[in-house]
Amino acid sequence: MLNPLSWFAALALSAAVVLGAAGTTPAQQPVTLTGAGATFPFPLYSKWSQVYDAERGVRINYQSIGSGGGIRQFIAKTVDFGATDGPMTDAQIRQAGGRPLHIPMVAGAVVPMYNIPGVGTGLNFAPGVLADIFLGKITKWNDPRLLKDNPEAKLPAADIIVVRRSDGSGTTAIWVNYLSKVSPDWRRKVGEGTSVNWPVGIGGKGNEGVAGLVRQMPNALGYVELAYVLTNRMPVGNVRNRAGQFIRPLLSSTTRAMDGALRAIPEDYRIFFTDPEGRDVYPIAGFTWILIYGEQPDPVKGKALVDFLRWAVHDGQKYAPPLHYAQLPKSLVARVEGTLRTVTAQGKALLP
Amino acid sequence: MRHVAHMGDRLFARLLAAMAGVVPVIMAAMLAAMTVGAWPAIRKFGPAFFATSTWDPVAGDFGALPFVYGTLVSSAVALALAVPLGLGVAIFLSELAPGWLRRPVGFLLDLLAAIPSVVYGLWGIFVLVPWVRTTLSPPLKATLGFLPLFEGPPLGIGMLAAGLILAIMVVPFIIAASTEVMRAVPTSQREAALSLGATVWETTRTAVIPYARSGIVGAIFLALARALGETMAVTMVIGNVPQIRASLLAPGYTIAAVIANEFAEATDDLYVAAIIYAGLVLFLVTLTVNILARLLVARVARGPGLIRE
Repeated sequence: MLNPLSWFAALALSAAVVLGAAGTTPAQQPVTLTGAGATFPFPLYSKWSQVYDAERGVRINYQSIGSGGGIRQFIAKTVDFGATDGPMTDAQIRQAGGRPLHIPMVAGAVVPMYNIPGVGTGLNFAPGVLADIFLGKITKWNDPRLLKDNPEAKLPAADIIVVRRSDGSGTTAIWVNYLSKVSPDWRRKVGEGTSVNWPVGIGGKGNEGVAGLVRQMPNALGYVELAYVLTNRMPVGNVRNRAGQFIRPLLSSTTRAMDGALRAIPEDYRIFFTDPEGRDVYPIAGFTWILIYGEQPDPVKGKALVDFLRWAVHDGQKYAPPLHYAQLPKSLVARVEGTLRTVTAQGKALLP
Repeated sequence: MRHVAHMGDRLFARLLAAMAGVVPVIMAAMLAAMTVGAWPAIRKFGPAFFATSTWDPVAGDFGALPFVYGTLVSSAVALALAVPLGLGVAIFLSELAPGWLRRPVGFLLDLLAAIPSVVYGLWGIFVLVPWVRTTLSPPLKATLGFLPLFEGPPLGIGMLAAGLILAIMVVPFIIAASTEVMRAVPTSQREAALSLGATVWETTRTAVIPYARSGIVGAIFLALARALGETMAVTMVIGNVPQIRASLLAPGYTIAAVIANEFAEATDDLYVAAIIYAGLVLFLVTLTVNILARLLVARVARGPGLIRE
């Protein structure tokens, strides 16, 4: 039986529900945008979704199913936007039809992470050395080429245990794109993609799998997203860039890499900005993109989508660094906004 | 009145028959859907898919042999460990354990069977793999290192770790099902053996196990089916290297693991088809193993008249 107090509580509650509903009823139907794709930006997109819903009342429903899945859903037009860490191929663009656009959101860096007893963070890796380790040509930590770049470190005469991703991933795509650029041998024997035929090494599933294996296997070397080492505090390698500097991977040096690559970034943004020009740039990094059609089928949804994307490249960027993503440089934001202005629905531009 | 009841019975029988008929239809539909999905790869690689060991998504060259090998070997290792352990526990629970102990042990077994496999996988990475590397492998190599089975550097991850984790995952199935069938053996069987002066061991060996044999074999194959298809836990500890090595300390790969690892990011059509083809192979391997199991059960289960001695 209900006592008077709980009657009162129930009344108050139902009043609150009625008032609350009345208070938030928007003038028009609330818009929900659905997207699917890359797992790497998922934490950021969740944050954006939460903030944007609170600010503008537009819900972003994002499923992190992997970049390949994102591209497939986008081509099949089952989502309002796709998301990917690896650009669509020309064949996929033809398959998609219409005018598919790659909108860069933020960038991530991929970093060598290792576990050598007695050796701390900041080991130096020359580009060719990294490629040769992953090709299985350099097998010992005390290889002369490693010793030359690390005269101070006490590198052991132990086998290097190479750890790489077993699942297909944008992280791998960026890493092997870089290795292909710095090593003709790698380009010829292995090539690039989200999954490749690795000459050596053992596979861990996901960033956490690679980090887990490296962390507990002495003399292991792997590659993970920068965010992973920033939160795990594992020894991270410096990588030598084009200018000959050994650069510590940081969010700031990743943003500088985007700046450095800016002139080389093509009209459609389909590029890995690995191995760019510039003095202080960290050379292994890449965009994560949202995929949208240049001609939107639904004016209301299309408007909500480009509004959201404009917000994401402006206000949304401030949520990136705390989650360990590199912000887009200012100069690039202006360019991206220009691209968003070309998006139309029923022949009319969606941004004022 | 009778007539109506008859009608109802017939209707009921038809309804149930239709429900049973759905099962082969679902199987056929799955097979058809997978064949369609895998068709580009079937056309390109044909049966050679089972016999080649390149897996190169960049070059578009695919062969599933290392995965088939890894699937069968990791499951075999798991069964080699889980069957003796599981049967031992089952015999203890059904023949020796006092009543007050059965219930809590049964509860713990249910719990063990209910742990999600990704949790096993994480536990595998952080606890089992280091243990295999530092504690289990060195003495194995020291004593049995001359065998090709225990060659190579002890990484911790690999076939042995995968077999161990699978063994832990399937052992509750073997125990639960075997205990059940052994408990179902009529008490008169045991009493007959005991009245002839048999010890507990002899009673179990001559009266209980032969009677329950078909059920036990069934339990083992249920466990095998689970081991063959297990994905997450294996992926996290096996090393995911498509190679065929005699050593259990070397990393390997399984069909279920390669599907889980690569499907989400596979964009190229042939690549997707190859992964679905691998799924079809797993389907066929599981089907074959189960048919063999049925035949085996049919052979060993011709009545309980097995007390030959």
